[in-house]
Amino acid sequence: MEAPNHQWRKIKNVMMQITTLVCAILVITPLCLLFYHLLSSGISALNWDFFTKLPKPVGETGGGIANALVGTFVLLGIAAMVGVPIGVLGGIYLAEYGASWLNRWIRFGADVLNGVPSITWGMVVYALVVVPMKGFSAWAGGIVLGMMMIPLIMRTAEEVLRLVPNGYREASLALGISKWRTILQIVVRTALKGIVTGVLLALARVAGETAPLLFTAFGNRYWNHNLSDPIAAVPLQIFNYAISPYEDWHRQAWAGALVLLLVITLINVSVRVLTRDRFSQSTH
Amino acid sequence: MANALNPSATASQPPAAMTRRKLGDRAFEYLTLLMALAVFILIILIGYELAHGSTLSLKKFGWHFLVSSDWDPVSEEFGALPFIFGTLVSSAIALIIAVPLSIASAVFLTELAPRWMRQPLTIFIELLAAVPSVILGLWGIFVMVPWLRTHLFPWLKSSLGFLPLFKGPIYGVSMLAGGIILAIMIIPIITSVSREIIRSVPGLQREAAYALGATRWEVTRIAVLSYAKKGLFGAVILGLGRALGETMAVTMVIGNRPEIAASLFAPGYTLASVVANEFTEATTDIYLHALFELGLVLLGVTVLVNALAQLLLKTLGGPEIKSQH
Repeated sequence: MEAPNHQWRKIKNVMMQITTLVCAILVITPLCLLFYHLLSSGISALNWDFFTKLPKPVGETGGGIANALVGTFVLLGIAAMVGVPIGVLGGIYLAEYGASWLNRWIRFGADVLNGVPSITWGMVVYALVVVPMKGFSAWAGGIVLGMMMIPLIMRTAEEVLRLVPNGYREASLALGISKWRTILQIVVRTALKGIVTGVLLALARVAGETAPLLFTAFGNRYWNHNLSDPIAAVPLQIFNYAISPYEDWHRQAWAGALVLLLVITLINVSVRVLTRDRFSQSTH
Repeated sequence: MANALNPSATASQPPAAMTRRKLGDRAFEYLTLLMALAVFILIILIGYELAHGSTLSLKKFGWHFLVSSDWDPVSEEFGALPFIFGTLVSSAIALIIAVPLSIASAVFLTELAPRWMRQPLTIFIELLAAVPSVILGLWGIFVMVPWLRTHLFPWLKSSLGFLPLFKGPIYGVSMLAGGIILAIMIIPIITSVSREIIRSVPGLQREAAYALGATRWEVTRIAVLSYAKKGLFGAVILGLGRALGETMAVTMVIGNRPEIAASLFAPGYTLASVVANEFTEATTDIYLHALFELGLVLLGVTVLVNALAQLLLKTLGGPEIKSQH
């Protein structure tokens, strides 16, 4: 009686292991396919013109997305100006001051904010910035990305500031240095690498956002000479090219997607490699 | 504070420097507090702006907005039902596909995979979570939808066509395509959160089950999965929150037609994608306000779902567990 039962349990064990393996394979297959298609369709459209030229008028082949590449960097620059100070200072409050009941609520708020759909961010900034300024602008696009970065940066800044040993703070305070200067000159400086990492990850995350830019930055087929005017961005360009009926634009959409994903992946991977020691220490 | 309690410390310093220091400390603390409170200011601001932006529509349609399925900008009749339907159905499809796959993968990554395989697979799945949705949408339009149209959908129709879900003409772009692309988007999120949760199950749980003679799978089922149930549920709800608010990838493959159809092969429309498509075309005030109200509905649902997810995840892996290490 016992032997067949034991046998069955062993078979079941192997079956379930195979099932989970199959599931894992199913999970990574679409992603492998995505990378494969990006490479095979994107690389053929990558050339010097793609990085240096403006988009060509409808119907002409060639041209590039130089304005969108610059536009994305401009938008990220404005976003950093909005998101980094608020996020880092908020993180300092969570790590260095805050009563624990308040901290719990702020953390909860940040996590909820993180889940606000990107399209609603776009609508809010449309009402806040675009309507008063009477037009789509680079400012609006940068501000919306910056707002989206705030909760991300706040959480990572808090996490790395907490890793700074308390002895550092005590040593500085014992020398008679005031608390705020201790925080800025000792604690923040010690954790600077981690804070920069958090900022880079947040930038990588918003760099690919499209939905909030649709009615803030709006997109532009030419160079942007004034931050109060609409500006092009790589994700917007990919979207507009992808839904267009032109073969050559599809090709460029793939190339743009390849470039964007390479940059985002590069940031993610390098940050992971740089901080591997710290994270493995903090989790054990 | 400390100085007030300790008069000898204040005595050793000139009073002017003292007050300046105290002032600096106070000012810095309040500055950082203000920045931390920005989180709440933003939440209130989002709610206020969306409600303010939709006053006309709120006033004109009232609760009827949520149950009406008219969407006619010309005659200025607006109802959210087809979009609510599309958002719910596409997210439900995504969860049906993503939940078993993600949790099984998380189990594989933490419990069953050979050690050398775990780290690279984990990093790969986390990289997938960083793929922008517009890139996934691009892939969806040009690779996934044509494949679905010529392979998967005809097969589904011939084998399950007796169900109303799989009847009707096949266009490719459809509710089902939207659900599948959403599943691909939320699988990395659910997998990596589930993985964290399964990892936080104490080793003693597993050892106890092994000591009773359980096989590997039995250990996973009895000691790990049932212990982590609540946290895994939280991971799923977190994925649901993402799916509900996802815009670009869905917009590109769901077909964008505001109708309620029984067939999953028929095109659909979601709250997020109608806003993305029609916002800049909204010519009349009432049209714009109706779109804002769709945003308000979307915000309400996602905030509730995300808050629920956070509460579920907090109960596990909270400070109590961390303090044990």
